[in-house]
Amino acid sequence: MRLTSLTVAAGLALASASFAETVAPGDVVFDEYGAVEASLTGVAGDPANGRSVIVSKKRGNCIACHSAEAWADELFHGEVGPTLDGVGGYRSAAELRGILVNSKKTFEGTVMPAYYKVDGFNRPGDAYTGKAAKELSPLLTAQEIEDVVAFLASLQD
Amino acid sequence: MKIKAVTAIAAVLLSTSVFADEDAELVVNGEIEMVTKTAAPAHLSDALDEVLSGWRFRSDETQLMQMDDFDNPGMVAVDAAAEAWDAVEGSEGKSCASCHGDVADSMVGVRAVYPKWNDAAEEVRTLAMQINDCRENKMGAEKYGYTSGDMAAMEALISVQSRGMPVNVAIDGPVQATWEAGKDLYYTRTGQLDLSCASCHEQNYGNMIRADHLSQGQINGFPVYRLKNAKLNTAHARFKGCVRDTRAETFKPGSAEFIALELYVASRGNGLSVEAPSVRN
Ligand code: HEC
Ligand code: HEC
Repeated sequence: MRLTSLTVAAGLALASASFAETVAPGDVVFDEYGAVEASLTGVAGDPANGRSVIVSKKRGNCIACHSAEAWADELFHGEVGPTLDGVGGYRSAAELRGILVNSKKTFEGTVMPAYYKVDGFNRPGDAYTGKAAKELSPLLTAQEIEDVVAFLASLQD
Repeated sequence: MKIKAVTAIAAVLLSTSVFADEDAELVVNGEIEMVTKTAAPAHLSDALDEVLSGWRFRSDETQLMQMDDFDNPGMVAVDAAAEAWDAVEGSEGKSCASCHGDVADSMVGVRAVYPKWNDAAEEVRTLAMQINDCRENKMGAEKYGYTSGDMAAMEALISVQSRGMPVNVAIDGPVQATWEAGKDLYYTRTGQLDLSCASCHEQNYGNMIRADHLSQGQINGFPVYRLKNAKLNTAHARFKGCVRDTRAETFKPGSAEFIALELYVASRGNGLSVEAPSVRN
């Protein structure tokens, strides 16, 4: 009980602190190559949380499609996307952010989902229930995106 | 680079077992030779060279279960359906056998050409629709649920009579418009993940998506016994699951959309053998 209320309080505090600066999914500004220069929250990303978003089935589930030495200890790596070894060496934070927010702005027609986008979908569902969505939230929160960007940026050959 | 070299070595070491697998041929009960790999049908040749049964993508153990009817858990349902075939039900006092006699004679080749055009009803009919039409209008019996266990079992019994025969559904003439609609659906992305059937089963078959080895999503083996839910599964139930997994609002089993999709997906497997009941994980 005490834990839950603490978490709620912390959540509220965080929300009000970062609210003003959080960029809404519809307001993200891309450059002509699909990169997103500005942080979505203004709060530095937490790489450790970024890693857990990547490997968690319930959150990013990036591992469904991507392998990397950095999460080689997790079971079952996908092969649909390229390995992300060293990706922080050849992609800037702005490029990584753009790829996460909406990868189609960088890779036309890609199968990689857009993680910070809430409109323009065909028959959007309510998560994995098969029912119609009432209101769509992005697949990841703004801060989770920043956390993943911070972790990917740390992957250097 | 380092990783690639290691992978290459591992592949060489493993090749005796892994590659032997990929080239394994499916012979059921030591006598029914199945075509699990063949040239893509003409209508698909700009997209794929070969079509492959889902059997090719499964593990050794799962593959083996389908090679002998005693090991195939789907055969239990086939036996149950054989009893249902002879059972009188409904207001007309008839069973399937009253009109069709021995299933082993009258149903040979049927599965291979469904879904197909029904002249009298002027519609494309799936096997499930035909089964329910007989139940309702010839027997005066309750329809089976579209993806129910009874339906899956009856489809399996009818499919068994065509095992080893090539799937050969018509795509032109009166079914053409439906086929085109099914093709559109196959390539249309759905859901918040924004994926189409082709994203996974045409562009990425052979790749792992997390713990799943993506196949071409063929339906020549349907209904399939899935070890995961320990029952026979119909094609429309599978379609629904795959659409749901794109975080989409699904279509309903038996809907016009899934009937069209079934016709189109079946036609992608023209030339593969009827395998049902197949075994998958
Ligand atoms: C359904 C499959 C899929 C999922 C899930 C997925 N990706 Fe991707 N990703 C791809 C593919 C495919 C590409 C290659 C782009 C292309 O050409 O389509 C890619 C490219 C990338 C790239 C660019 C790599 C390079 O070499 O430039 C990054 C970075 C990336 N993904 C990160 C992620 C992260 C982080 C997640 C999860 C939050 C994720 N991906 C989830 C399929 C996926
Ligand atoms: C997000 C990826 C994804 C998408 C999109 C997808 N599927 Fe699948 N599908 C899978 C996976 C994973 C499996 C299980 C492994 C396998 O058999 O390929 C599967 C299995 C199947 C099977 C069973 C094959 C067998 O031999 O048992 C069929 C049929 C199928 N899919 C059809 C479809 C159709 C039709 C669509 C579009 C409406 C579709 N799938 C969209 C991932 C997907």
